[in-house]
Amino acid sequence: MTGINLRGIDKRYGSVDVINNFELQINPGEFLVFLGPSGCGKSTLMRMIAGLEEVSAGEIHVAGRDVTHLAPGARDIAMVFQHYALYPHMTVYDNMAFGLRNVGVPRDEIDRRVQEAARMLELVPLLERKPVEMSGGQRQRVAIGRAVVKEPLAFLFDEPLSNLDAALRGRTRIELARLHQRLKTTMIFVTHDQVEAMTLATRIVVMNAGRIEQLGRPMEIYHRPATRFVAGFIGSPAMNFLDVDRIEAPNGFVAVRLPDGTTVQTSVPAAGLPTQSKLTLGVRPEALSIGAAEESDVLVGNAEVVERLGDQTFAHIALRNGELVIVQAGADSTISVGDLVGVRLDHSAVHLFDQSGIAYHAQARSVA
Amino acid sequence: MTVAMKVEASADRIQARKRGARAGQRWGNALFILPFLVVYLLMLVIPLFKGIWISLLEVDMLSNSADFVGLDNYVELFSDEIFIGAVLNTFYFVLISTPVFIALGLALALALNRPGRTGATLRAIFFGSSVLSVTIVTLVWKLVLMPHHGMLANITESVGLPSLSLLTSETWALPTIAVVTVWWIIGLPMMLFLAALQQIPREIYEAAALDNASRWRTLWSITLPSIRRTVALVAIIEVILQFQLFGQAQLMTQGGPNNSSRPIVQFIYEAGFRNWELGYAAAASQVLFAMMLVAMAFQVWLSSRKQAY
Repeated sequence: MTGINLRGIDKRYGSVDVINNFELQINPGEFLVFLGPSGCGKSTLMRMIAGLEEVSAGEIHVAGRDVTHLAPGARDIAMVFQHYALYPHMTVYDNMAFGLRNVGVPRDEIDRRVQEAARMLELVPLLERKPVEMSGGQRQRVAIGRAVVKEPLAFLFDEPLSNLDAALRGRTRIELARLHQRLKTTMIFVTHDQVEAMTLATRIVVMNAGRIEQLGRPMEIYHRPATRFVAGFIGSPAMNFLDVDRIEAPNGFVAVRLPDGTTVQTSVPAAGLPTQSKLTLGVRPEALSIGAAEESDVLVGNAEVVERLGDQTFAHIALRNGELVIVQAGADSTISVGDLVGVRLDHSAVHLFDQSGIAYHAQARSVA
Repeated sequence: MTVAMKVEASADRIQARKRGARAGQRWGNALFILPFLVVYLLMLVIPLFKGIWISLLEVDMLSNSADFVGLDNYVELFSDEIFIGAVLNTFYFVLISTPVFIALGLALALALNRPGRTGATLRAIFFGSSVLSVTIVTLVWKLVLMPHHGMLANITESVGLPSLSLLTSETWALPTIAVVTVWWIIGLPMMLFLAALQQIPREIYEAAALDNASRWRTLWSITLPSIRRTVALVAIIEVILQFQLFGQAQLMTQGGPNNSSRPIVQFIYEAGFRNWELGYAAAASQVLFAMMLVAMAFQVWLSSRKQAY
């Protein structure tokens, strides 16, 4: 088991700074997921760890060894590519054996490793096939097998599921989780899919514009997003954001006034919050519920769209000031389009964001 | 009952009409290939058979008469030492030039397959000579190879070597023509190889780098298998082209010295348009055609065999 240490990594293309002074300690045996939108630098970072991109400055250490300027093959790291990158003219067996032959692993040892990986990944009947004769899912398994046989210090996965259909993506995700439990090797996974990140990660690095927005365990990131960017990026449907004004509250917690005049007493401690009056209230759909429009302390609005997913229902409510909020209603909710309803807020589950996007959380929320 | 019958009958009529319409449409589709078919028949198929027919005649251009002589022209050809020499010369030329086109074309493509201005400029320079006409190319090279005053003579003289006169040497005349030909049209194989190299996904090279493949191993195990089809294509194109060697030999050596650089096409030209023996020239043309056909079939067989492997 090994850790990976990124120290002060810079990446510049000409005069463009893509990544600036990036610091990260990846623990041994950890499944770390880089999550972020396209162009946030997550793939570049992974490619620098693999040695496929030069770093402009900084150091990369794998298991205590400085690999910053080593060739990709000398880093003892295996990578699974988004488009599989199998050698098209080689059989599955040769695809997996190629890397081992290049470093002079004895023939019987190569055979043992390939057969073992093939058994684990259910590739045994495919060993003599060529990539062109296989489905996308099978190719992806071969790509994973090619990484596994190397018995590397760390695995890198560059959006490996994005070319698979939804059902296969779900299955492969579970296979990857099992693989990690079995091998207990450090794995680094790049994705823009929050479901993959939430389900696979030991820790998630949420990235934006070449910086770490937040580093933490999945549920910690979900319940206590560090910034408005993270709050909006994690969760589906996304968190609702409402512009609010801070008002005086004597009890030590922040109260805010919504644009329609409704006041909301939050469980966010007033101490530590900047004194600015303009804030953003963030509340996830599951922290909202549908009530009657006549109730007190509710936001009143009309249902514009109702999405029934079977186990739950999402109602899109247009508030009186025109803002749209998404509410998670129960599976058997009777709400229908056009209904005038009240939206109740779980005060203990709201988040406040100051104008720079920094988050402040309600106190009652415990972290899983 | 009657209503049902009527409906059935009208359904049959509709079916029949549909069938007719479909058949008409199918014949109409053939119109799209008609222009090609006409040109192909007029310019290729008919002349081919006409050529075979002429090769069985003894044509007298002056009296405008032709006598059927059967295979006499062919019998005469194979006892004609100059013709046998031309066949051997042509094979020799194809044999020495085609591998060079493949090897050098690939080497240039590998060296110049890079972004940036230097690569683009060099690609343009290497391709540039292909646009010159054969007269210009041979003129330039005759100046280079001129005994005593040419560029090559100046170079050998400056390092104290005796002056070479390659075009008047029986051993070197044809290889020299091969060098000139390679210099002239190396651009096309290079471009074909470049196009093939750029089709190889970058990720495969990255996977190979992570798999510890050395540069040679990458070239041998990744690049070459990926462009196998292009290698076969270039080989086929060059075999077809080089079997038809004519202009360079005609302009640089006139087939000499002592017929050592006379290719088949030049032989055909001389038989047909200098000696006016049209039947004889047509027979020689058929032999060239057969040689190219055999060579092509062999190459196609070779490349398909490799693919199956």
